[in-house]
Amino acid sequence: MTAEMTMTDIRFLAPETLDDAISAYAAAQGAARILAGGTDLLVQMRNGVARPGVIIDIKGIGELTDIAEGADGSFTLGAAVSGAVLGEHPRFGTVWPGVLEAINLIGSTQVQGRASAGGNLCNASPAGDSVPAMVAAGAVVTVQGPKGRRQLAVEAFPAGPGRTNLAPGEIVVSFTLPPRPPGSGDAYLRMIPRTEMDIAVVGVGVNLTLADGVVTAARVGLGAVAPTVLLVADAGRALVGSRLEDAAVDAAAAACRAACNPIDDKRGTIAYRVRAAGVLLRRSVAIAAERAGRN
Amino acid sequence: MNAIDNKWIGQRTIRPDGADKVTGRAGYSADNAMPGMIWAKILRSPHAHANIRGIDTAKAAALPGVKAVVTARDITEFPVDTPVMLGIQDMRWMSRNVMAREKALFHGHPVAAVAAISEEIAAEACRLIEVEYEVLPHVIEIEDAIRPDAPLLHDFLRHEGKPSNIASTMVNKLGDIEAGFASADVIIERSFKTRPVHQGYIEPQACTVSCTADGKVTIWSSSQGQFMVRAMTALLTGIPQSSIRAIPAEIGGGFGAKTVIYLEPIAVLLSRKSGRPVKMVMSRDEVFRATGPTSGSMSTVKIGAKKDGTIVAAQGTFHIQAGCLPGGPVRGPVGCSFAPYEIANVLSVGYDVVSNRSKVTAYRAPGAPLGAYATETVIDELAETLGIDPLELRLKNSAGKGTKAAYGAVFGDVTFKETIQAIRNHPHYAAPLDRAPAKGVRRGRGVASGFWYNAGGESSAQLNITEDGNVTVTTGHPDVGGSRASIANVAAELLGIDHSRVSVLIGDTSSIGFSNLTGGSRVTFASAMVVTQSAEKVITQLRERAAKIWKIEPEAVAWSDGEARPAGANAGQFPPLTLKELAAKANEMGGPIGAGVQLTTTGADPGFATHVVDVEVDEELGIIRVLRYTAAQDVGRALHPDYVEGQIQGGVVQGIGWALSEEYLYDKQGRLDNASFLDYRMPVCSDVPMIEPVVLELPNPKHPQGVRGAGEAPLVPPLAAISNAVYDALGKRFYSLPMSPPKVMEVLGG
Ligand SMILES: Cc1cc2nc3c(=O)[nH]c(=O)nc-3n(C[C@H](O)[C@H](O)[C@H](O)COP(=O)(O)OP(=O)(O)OC[C@H]3O[C@@H](n4cnc5c(N)ncnc54)[C@H](O)[C@@H]3O)c2cc1C
Repeated sequence: MTAEMTMTDIRFLAPETLDDAISAYAAAQGAARILAGGTDLLVQMRNGVARPGVIIDIKGIGELTDIAEGADGSFTLGAAVSGAVLGEHPRFGTVWPGVLEAINLIGSTQVQGRASAGGNLCNASPAGDSVPAMVAAGAVVTVQGPKGRRQLAVEAFPAGPGRTNLAPGEIVVSFTLPPRPPGSGDAYLRMIPRTEMDIAVVGVGVNLTLADGVVTAARVGLGAVAPTVLLVADAGRALVGSRLEDAAVDAAAAACRAACNPIDDKRGTIAYRVRAAGVLLRRSVAIAAERAGRN
Repeated sequence: MNAIDNKWIGQRTIRPDGADKVTGRAGYSADNAMPGMIWAKILRSPHAHANIRGIDTAKAAALPGVKAVVTARDITEFPVDTPVMLGIQDMRWMSRNVMAREKALFHGHPVAAVAAISEEIAAEACRLIEVEYEVLPHVIEIEDAIRPDAPLLHDFLRHEGKPSNIASTMVNKLGDIEAGFASADVIIERSFKTRPVHQGYIEPQACTVSCTADGKVTIWSSSQGQFMVRAMTALLTGIPQSSIRAIPAEIGGGFGAKTVIYLEPIAVLLSRKSGRPVKMVMSRDEVFRATGPTSGSMSTVKIGAKKDGTIVAAQGTFHIQAGCLPGGPVRGPVGCSFAPYEIANVLSVGYDVVSNRSKVTAYRAPGAPLGAYATETVIDELAETLGIDPLELRLKNSAGKGTKAAYGAVFGDVTFKETIQAIRNHPHYAAPLDRAPAKGVRRGRGVASGFWYNAGGESSAQLNITEDGNVTVTTGHPDVGGSRASIANVAAELLGIDHSRVSVLIGDTSSIGFSNLTGGSRVTFASAMVVTQSAEKVITQLRERAAKIWKIEPEAVAWSDGEARPAGANAGQFPPLTLKELAAKANEMGGPIGAGVQLTTTGADPGFATHVVDVEVDEELGIIRVLRYTAAQDVGRALHPDYVEGQIQGGVVQGIGWALSEEYLYDKQGRLDNASFLDYRMPVCSDVPMIEPVVLELPNPKHPQGVRGAGEAPLVPPLAAISNAVYDALGKRFYSLPMSPPKVMEVLGG
């Protein structure tokens, strides 16, 4: 029933520099696929969905596997850093607990040893777990291709299910997360029918900054309820200036529900997804606020 | 639990197959390879229902690398009007299931198969086969299939004289149902629906087959019965059983589903045509799409009781999915639903309904969980209506010695009451439950019981003493649940030797006598019986040898602690002869020592189980989690407690999946929409709590060690137990499974 492929016809490259990777990628003229952890790519190859002639493994490239904390408190996270490595970083999880929990939710212990945030973003599933948390964090992606480097906001990256706004030949290099003002906290929650090894029916990332109990900045990312992960600006606006009173949180939940444009499928009904988006928003806000209070 | 003073029986010995399994060396179906081997692939129907007008295989056969092509024409044709039974399987349907003949009956139904020098070429050749289909309207759900205007799958099926998708009807009757209901103070009648669920074994079906020029066939495959593999292959290919040797591989789970075959006859025909060994391995997608799940169901159960709780009448109507060909497990719900109870008036009717789905296969306690789901939910409502504790109500009505069940049996020393009492007396049942631990979170507790017939049947064993005085035991049963470990305990116990000196193997069809399927909770029961009798024969031989050496009567020799001893003072004074010493003298004292027994075993008393479960419901998201689960069951005697507990825990986990998350979903074209472990949601480890088995050991008097079957009963109560617990939490009843989050939110009115 599944289409077949022959592993033997594939060339495997493991460049050590980004420039080598980009020239090899360009030279393959569309026949190549980038391999980070491979937890999506290899599954797609087995299914016959992907049949690359060349595989370019980017895990040997320094810039793609580094985690760096800037003097200003920003973080730069290599696109191919695995969830497990990120989880062991002494600082990242204390500054961005929501982003970390989103990335660490991917798969299982085994999958965590490989899966990367870059792969999660490039796979462009509307249900990718790390993406709503990155959107909420205000992360910026650095990409590089034959024509050079550019940056774009995470929410501007996906173009549709399985499609991205990468230009031909471009590779994601890193994510940059902005410096954290005091009183900030983030959180990510997803709804899955099982406790793990499942795909999000709805995912909500929330990032808050509070000063004297008043929300001074808020971003909300929403996953699995539209063709791409969304930045729900209205939800953020509903929270800013509030003290997270019920009315403000209800308004943000309503904004999330309004932003939903889901499909009815085997993974969840429209009615269910819309309702759950509001519920998760409320719960994520509570966790993010609690974390913000500690920072 | 067990008071009997045994050295090995009841011990948690290391399983004989353990080291190979944990080190990855165990040889499963797909692990076999042969020189010159080629690969086969199956072309499957892209339509849920279609007449096959013609199949042109010329282009496929001409593809370089292709060695053979087969279609239904190559498989034995069994006319639809004459049943050809092999156990409970009818070969008329089996032949049409392994390869579509007149019609493609479901999306994924095999239509042709190709063997080629690589998997890729075989798959490519499948794409070159031209099939002319006449697409027909299809029908998936029971309620649609039994409508008068439903598309009919088979023109030869009749119900009440009219063409129908109802393949057969089964009725169990006791007393006078109308008079029974007339005498009731309270009557509760409810209707239920369940979805098909897959057995979910880890190992996909696979086989390697070699058919040589002299017409001899060897089959390597895993199954729940190598003799079934041989017999079905013989029937479907016309090759005599004596020319087929079926070698059982280690099996990666079956749960009933591997009591039939899909690939072996096709591989045999391809091997015969090509002259090459042929290997076939199903993908997970094929496993989900084309190997039977168990039935979905539509049931109505009506129970009447007196004010004091005495149940006076029970009626059940069970529509059971058969899949695309007749043969659903109707006997499960019809016979088991009311069997735990002493009820004077019973009418239990089952219908076998075909539709355009893959043919169902057995799944632990086939059909019984569907019936128990309905009955045990109605009993819960009855208990509430009458204001009686649900366990007390069950106790009051429980079957006992002399109870006549509607399915025909008159019970002997059955032990249902004891399972209820075990739960009633368990700390879990009395433990406080915080019903509203947080806003939007509710907890509840539920109970349910279940019944399974259990089974005896044909088994063979051979027990040999090796020349160095150790022991090999061979049985004819694939080991799906630790049966080798249990048999090793029995043999070591009876012979009085160290467990490490016993090696237990599973014979192939040419090396051991006929043994029926590993299924129906029969293998430990039956094989312990034949192994016991074999061991007794060997002990008799050993006593005779010692008697000969000592020149006394065999009756004057006793066997204990692994050695022959004079039976008493009168027998004379001789130093004991150990097994090793007797083995060393075997040749001079009369030849090799060993004995085999082949038997149709009887005396398998039925199995009963009672469960209690606590659940927690997230009222905002509709997620149900199981917090605590306790399962009591009488197993007669736990020869190896680990594998009895494993049976109970595994059955409960499967029940949790059935109740909460597993279901077959079809799209509008009649194609299965969730043929993967991602979207077919079986519970993962973190979804289930530690399940506490309460293993009762009330010996079955008809078995040498007291064994009762243990494998089926644990999957009977969970569906209702969980549903009753959810009701207890929410105050709202569910009448259909699975209780998935969207459904929970619907019921909660979200
Ligand atoms: C068992 C299992 C469970 C899973 N569970 C989850 C889950 O819970 N949540 C979830 O969101 N996902 C889940 N996934 C999917 C997958 O693990 C994630 O999407 C993961 O983040 C992918 O990362 P990767 O590094 O393995 O990507 P890869 O498979 O290496 O790559 C994914 C795609 O992105 C491309 N790509 C990768 N890196 C780059 C780059 N730097 N530049 C350009 N293109 C690139 C690849 O060519 C490929 O198309 C699961 C997968 C499996 C197998």
